[in-house]
Amino acid sequence: MTTATGPATGTYAPKPGAAPLPRMITAQAVLETRMLLRNGEQLLLTAVIPTLLLVLFSSVDIVDTGAGKSVDFLTPGILALAVMSTAFTGQAIATGFERRYGVLKRLASSPLPRWGLMTAKTASVLVTEVLQVILLTAIALALGWSPHGNPLAVLLLLVLGTAAFSGLGLLMAGTLKAEATLAAANLVFLLLLMGGGVIVPLDKFPAGARSVLELLPVSALSDGLRAVLRHGAGLPWGDCGILAVWAVVGLAAAGKFFRWE
Amino acid sequence: MRSEPVVQVQALVKRYGTKTAVDGLDLVARAGVTAVLGPNGAGKTTTVETCEGYRRPDSGTVRVLGLDPVGQSRELRPRIGVMLQSGGVYSGARADEMLRHVAKLHAHPLDVDALIERLGLGSCGRTGYRRLSGGQQQRLALAMAVVGRPELVFLDEPTAGLDPQARRATWDLVRDLRGDGVSVILTTHYMEEAEQLADDVAIIDAGRVIAQGSPEELCRGGAENTLRFTGRPGLDIGSLLKALPADCTAAELTPGAYRVVGKVDPQLLATVTSWCAQHGVMPDRISVERHTLEDVFLELTGKELRS
Repeated sequence: MTTATGPATGTYAPKPGAAPLPRMITAQAVLETRMLLRNGEQLLLTAVIPTLLLVLFSSVDIVDTGAGKSVDFLTPGILALAVMSTAFTGQAIATGFERRYGVLKRLASSPLPRWGLMTAKTASVLVTEVLQVILLTAIALALGWSPHGNPLAVLLLLVLGTAAFSGLGLLMAGTLKAEATLAAANLVFLLLLMGGGVIVPLDKFPAGARSVLELLPVSALSDGLRAVLRHGAGLPWGDCGILAVWAVVGLAAAGKFFRWE
Repeated sequence: MRSEPVVQVQALVKRYGTKTAVDGLDLVARAGVTAVLGPNGAGKTTTVETCEGYRRPDSGTVRVLGLDPVGQSRELRPRIGVMLQSGGVYSGARADEMLRHVAKLHAHPLDVDALIERLGLGSCGRTGYRRLSGGQQQRLALAMAVVGRPELVFLDEPTAGLDPQARRATWDLVRDLRGDGVSVILTTHYMEEAEQLADDVAIIDAGRVIAQGSPEELCRGGAENTLRFTGRPGLDIGSLLKALPADCTAAELTPGAYRVVGKVDPQLLATVTSWCAQHGVMPDRISVERHTLEDVFLELTGKELRS
């Protein structure tokens, strides 16, 4: 290499190089997770609200959840809500502001490739979801929850749900202004909380509305989780199919329309 | 032998909608410090961001360290350091945390603690990014650009809005980078910054390079310099002119204030002072005004550089 002053030896003498990929992605995932866990509003969405809903609606008979213990109805729905709060709402808002504040732009000129950044974001979402599932499962068990079914089916549903919500969240974050994403992501969270079979059973809605609401990703995820965890069903293919379609469409649209600046 | 160009831009055109930001720009930057100087909106940032791989040229070619910034960005990115004009940091991150993170993305990063110390960021290490002052945010962005030990650093307006002390700290670091063999491309609309730091200055206006050379070359080119002195009123200008070289002019601007315009060098200064001595004149204030880049810019564009 040629330099202005001959062989370089000082403190700043060039010695460029990317860190090994696994190290870069791990570092990025750790940082993203730390940012998320440090953010008060995010914690409200991912931990406080699901916990409060679970405790409140299990202990107080506000909504008629049908036969059986209400915690058995609620816990699968709250788990679906938790996945949505992290993969969709939280990720959309965080990514929207990263885009707005030039973080995505700055990282784009770092040695970390874009797919590495997306892998790290996904890892950070999954870590957060694991923490949420541990927290909510512990609370639900304390409230007398008795889960059934195959844990692998539950895992598959959670992963498909995460993929569906991530695609939609990133689509929003990569196309709207940060403020619009903040407002819209919270609004969608609230609407899907009400109309997505999370705490209010979908059969309380009129048949016409219900057939539409059933196609929402959060409805498919709560319904699928409920089928397995409450009734011990095998893999709910219909719900998995709905989630898979949302995942493919959402991720493809996000990949096509996402603007980095 | 001159070194290979670190940046080579040929006939670059970049449009945003109907607005042409860069209009057939040619620029060659070699090792050392190159300042891209121009008023706001001249196309400085667009040019630099094209070199950084953020923008795809509408036409023309860009090579950075011999690589295509878009097509070969994977190879290029570890070798360059980028300081954006603003932002680039997680709003919830602390200054030291972000810098340590960027360091982790590189194979042989600088010592982060030493760099924090060097840039006077020690006091704000634990402070969240949003609560840093503008100057601290800028120094953090500078630190993020150099921490990976790049060969080439792009600094987009690195001292805009900084107080004089912080500006000097940034200048010192740029000089150290240069001394250690790092090439620097910086954009600025501060003349003084270009004069102080740059081996080479490219003056940009309306999306084109209108002049390029070392600060000395640019200041010398075509421009005449001025020598002023004061003495008693009514000196014989004709006699002074006879003593001076033929291409000089002299005038008494106001009573007792004299101006000589021409190629001002030590010989001219000696001629003027010895003429004064012969005529029993004590020039009690004598000054030489070098042509500055500011003057050059004004002459070339008819515009003030500072907006």
